Amino acid sequence: MSSINDNLFGLHTQALDLWQKRSEVLASNLANADTPGYLARDVDFKQALASASGTSSALPMTITQQGQIDPQAQSAQKLAYRTPTQPSMDGNTVDTQVEQANFAANGVHYQASLSFITAQIHMLRTAITGGQG
Amino acid sequence: MSLFKIFDVAGSGMAAQSLRLNTVASNLANADSVSSTPEGAYRAKEPLFSAVQKAVGGAKTAEADSAVGVQVKGVTESQADVQARYEPGNPMADGTGYVYGSNVNPIDELVNMITASRSYQNNVEAMNTTKQLMVKTLDLGK
Repeated sequence: MSSINDNLFGLHTQALDLWQKRSEVLASNLANADTPGYLARDVDFKQALASASGTSSALPMTITQQGQIDPQAQSAQKLAYRTPTQPSMDGNTVDTQVEQANFAANGVHYQASLSFITAQIHMLRTAITGGQG
Repeated sequence: MSLFKIFDVAGSGMAAQSLRLNTVASNLANADSVSSTPEGAYRAKEPLFSAVQKAVGGAKTAEADSAVGVQVKGVTESQADVQARYEPGNPMADGTGYVYGSNVNPIDELVNMITASRSYQNNVEAMNTTKQLMVKTLDLGK
């Protein structure tokens, strides 16, 4: 998202981005519910949003020379593995009910972020037209 | 828009599950077929799933490993013993009077069928929800 959007809509554009990404991860978990050895993953939303909005206190490592390992590629802070509640014989850790619940909740959160942005747009429109439009 | 990737992922899941349903149908249909040789007997087919990561441009990034589709590695045949039955009256019987039936276990197949159809439904649900979210995003600001 460009910086003008960020200034207008605050945190919600970044939140929308993250909800979108999380729904992708959860959909992957659901699709792989029967794949042997697949490990269910999830986004640590609080941490991801803090690092996306620049309010995180963590000091990230940077590359000082060519050929060093890119800390971004390690993605440790982006995706975590779920702790299985009911281990299965084939090593799959997807619990379909949990994933479905998360997917549904994630969709509602996404819609909430959308309506925040819509409200902001209405407010801006009112400010521009002086309540005439 | 990364919501589009969900269609790919859920679609690959649906394709994999429908292949599983296909093998179940084939196995159940052939549960009672007989052969004159143990080698010719019908063996239960089993699909082999594996997760496939979508690498964008060959580079492994955090972006790439969030969308994981399902890949069907292939269809294997069950190595369980085929059952030999003594039926001298059967026109398919070999010289010693035995016919060789399939090694399909109908209960296994029914369980597979139910899980496959449930997983298929889950993927359809995920797709529906995603579609609604995308339509709502398009209506943004209205």
